[in-house]
Amino acid sequence: MKKLAALRFLIPLAAFLVLSGFLFKGLWMDPHQVPSPLIDKPAPAFRLTQVADPGKSLSRDELLGKVWLLNVWASWCVSCREEHAVLVEFAKTGVVPIYGLDYQDTRDAALKWLGTLGNPYQASLFDQDGRVGIDYGVYGVPETYVIDKAGTIRYKQIGPITPEILHDTIVPLVRKLNA
Amino acid sequence: MIAELGSFSLMVALAVAMVLGTVPIIGAARGNAAWMALARPAARALFVLVVVAAACLVASFLRDDFSVVYVATNSTRALPLRYKVAAFWGGHEGSMLLWVLILSLWMFAVSLFSRHLPQQMVARILGVMGLIAVGFLLFILLTSSPFERLIPAAEEGRDLNPLLQDPGMVAHPPMLYMGYVGFSVAFAFAIGALLGGNLDATWARWSRPWTTVAWSFLTLGICLGSAWAYYTLGWGGWWFWDPVENASFMPWLAGTALMHSLAVTEKRGGFKVWTVLLAIFAFSLSLLGTFLVRSGVLTSVHAFANDPRRGVFILLFLAVVIGGSLALFAWRAPKVGLGERFELVSRETMLLTNNVLFLSAAGSVLLGTLYPLFLDSLGLAKISVGPPYFDVVFVPLMTPALFLMGIGPLARWKQANLPEIGVRLKWAFGVSIVTALVLPLALGRWSALAAFGLWLALWIFASSLVNLWSRLRPLSDGGLMARLGSLPRGYLGMLTAHVGVAVFITGVTLVKSYESEKDVQMDVGDTVAIGPYTFQFEGVSSGNRENYSYARGLFEVTRNGKVVRTMHPEKHKFVAQSEPMTVADIDTGFTRDLYVSLGEAVGPTSWIVRVYYKPFVDWIWGGCLVMAIGGALALSDRRYRLTRTADQPALDATLSAVSPA
Repeated sequence: MKKLAALRFLIPLAAFLVLSGFLFKGLWMDPHQVPSPLIDKPAPAFRLTQVADPGKSLSRDELLGKVWLLNVWASWCVSCREEHAVLVEFAKTGVVPIYGLDYQDTRDAALKWLGTLGNPYQASLFDQDGRVGIDYGVYGVPETYVIDKAGTIRYKQIGPITPEILHDTIVPLVRKLNA
Repeated sequence: MIAELGSFSLMVALAVAMVLGTVPIIGAARGNAAWMALARPAARALFVLVVVAAACLVASFLRDDFSVVYVATNSTRALPLRYKVAAFWGGHEGSMLLWVLILSLWMFAVSLFSRHLPQQMVARILGVMGLIAVGFLLFILLTSSPFERLIPAAEEGRDLNPLLQDPGMVAHPPMLYMGYVGFSVAFAFAIGALLGGNLDATWARWSRPWTTVAWSFLTLGICLGSAWAYYTLGWGGWWFWDPVENASFMPWLAGTALMHSLAVTEKRGGFKVWTVLLAIFAFSLSLLGTFLVRSGVLTSVHAFANDPRRGVFILLFLAVVIGGSLALFAWRAPKVGLGERFELVSRETMLLTNNVLFLSAAGSVLLGTLYPLFLDSLGLAKISVGPPYFDVVFVPLMTPALFLMGIGPLARWKQANLPEIGVRLKWAFGVSIVTALVLPLALGRWSALAAFGLWLALWIFASSLVNLWSRLRPLSDGGLMARLGSLPRGYLGMLTAHVGVAVFITGVTLVKSYESEKDVQMDVGDTVAIGPYTFQFEGVSSGNRENYSYARGLFEVTRNGKVVRTMHPEKHKFVAQSEPMTVADIDTGFTRDLYVSLGEAVGPTSWIVRVYYKPFVDWIWGGCLVMAIGGALALSDRRYRLTRTADQPALDATLSAVSPA
């Protein structure tokens, strides 16, 4: 009995060890990452005008048959600025066509942005009222989707794309989808 | 060169801390006086070295030395001087240096105010603190040096986060860290006592004032953080149960329990095991808070150090410090033994209940904060825990604690008499109930929640008054002020802090029950009514100031057709940041705040506008301030000065007779 009574002094230590186990695991998780319910679902349809030319429009179905990236951006978005340089470099490699979704922006500001920072996009869709963004479940800009030949969303990146993400995740995925 | 000097100074500090963390502790174990005597000079040297490093960082900011990464990311040339200094703790690396700076400041203070402590104890306390310093200095030097160079240097810095360019932010982190790190003293006392096996009343008497200072600073720090969130975030909220806020609140709860437990250990020699455990908990929760904020394991606006390497280091450090001290506790505590016996109805029981409640509260905050992490790491779900959980858990836990606050201070040690307490408090009880039932009617609308909250506040206030009155009678010699002056400061401090709690509860209750807010789109000339006030929007002007451009709204506030004042909420746009910042305009009053903030412009002259009417909101922070003042009062108690004249081995009978607190 006396032994058992002394054991209760170990309770705080035991509780702490369990807690540290969770904290350790927590270090390798990304609290911001919420899995998108749209993964492996058909990409929502859209028909939008292009930023560069209000006369030209583009729809989801026109992009069927190839693997492509949809990158949500806006001229008012701070972290897009960081990401943009990465995208401009990546576009030069021609691994995969990138289409932009200019989210809740004005045409003037968007064109000025592309003019100064470079344009990595085949075309940018002008989503002024953010409806298409809502269909895609965008809740923070930038976000990027990998969409396959059949028009299915295969991957969603929340937050800026970094060279590591391109190298480790997106490029291998695109290669696999193209194979 | 300045940055290198800072780095070098930290390296030397690390070497000193390593000596401090080993030699005096070994000396204490072996009874080697020369080794123990090293503790004080080493602690002072450490302090000087860290101050030099901190001065180097400040100098780098003042010289706009953008060849230092930390300066380049947290400052610009145009940054006003006061914020160049405060930018010191605007980012991760500087915050860590501030942590060490304050730790070494506490060590310096211990080295000064410990002349009458036994040499062994001083050696152990400073040694333990030295070991903590080793951990943090290593962390800074290996993963988070604020002195890292940027080559080639940047032309211009990236600016301090505009949210942090605020007077509240200048003071909030140092205050908070003074509290966090201050608990390291009580912790070191506890570890020292566990090592030496001398957990007696002297130990409790010595750690008590240190705990009280740390607690007062932490109270102020949390209060400043809350006030800052209220006026800078533009949502009118004062507490969000954000993980980072919780990280500072948990040590506060544990520290509050510790303060009360120390009272029992000092006065009655009881609760020793509890007190030691609480001292370990309070500091462990401070460290855990640092880990949660600095490692980025929880989603939060504050988590800017999302770097697993840093996280792993702090976690390892946590495991060593907390795990080590809990292991030491498990090993030594069974031999401590119990204190004096006490009856079921006694002040001891009430303080024990208080301890349990506060610790449960800290535990439930911890659970709520980490629950998303638990579920996520078990792969069960992604969830977030918000105010509904905390409100539901907190009110039932705090209600009995608040009720006891009225009774406890009147109860006798060892054995109290409930009927006698009942007789003494019947008026306080009756008056508080009646007033609480009627008062909400006077405020316009009766609500059970308002009545209940007000009753708790009034109960604490009335019973404190009864308590004070019983100590002042009879008023024969000298009159009221003389009697008041003759009461022990520790006792007055306790009453003051309790009244602070009552003020705080009043604020929380009335804001929760009677605040109103409106989100409206307004064009020039539009009006919106809230509470007894009407706001008329007169338009927006714009211009430039120091390092930002602004849009400034103009509102005319009227009450009963008379103009009360004009208000100017603003939007600030900083050059290096593209998101504008909302600066609400707040008209602060004793009984209410008026709060206006600008949302977004939706047309050439129309804006989204938020107006709030917040009755008694400032009582929330006023209450915290009163609590901290109570702490300061208790600290000025004469027995802390008296104990310096002699080393009392046990309870000083005459002192304990006059000061029950």
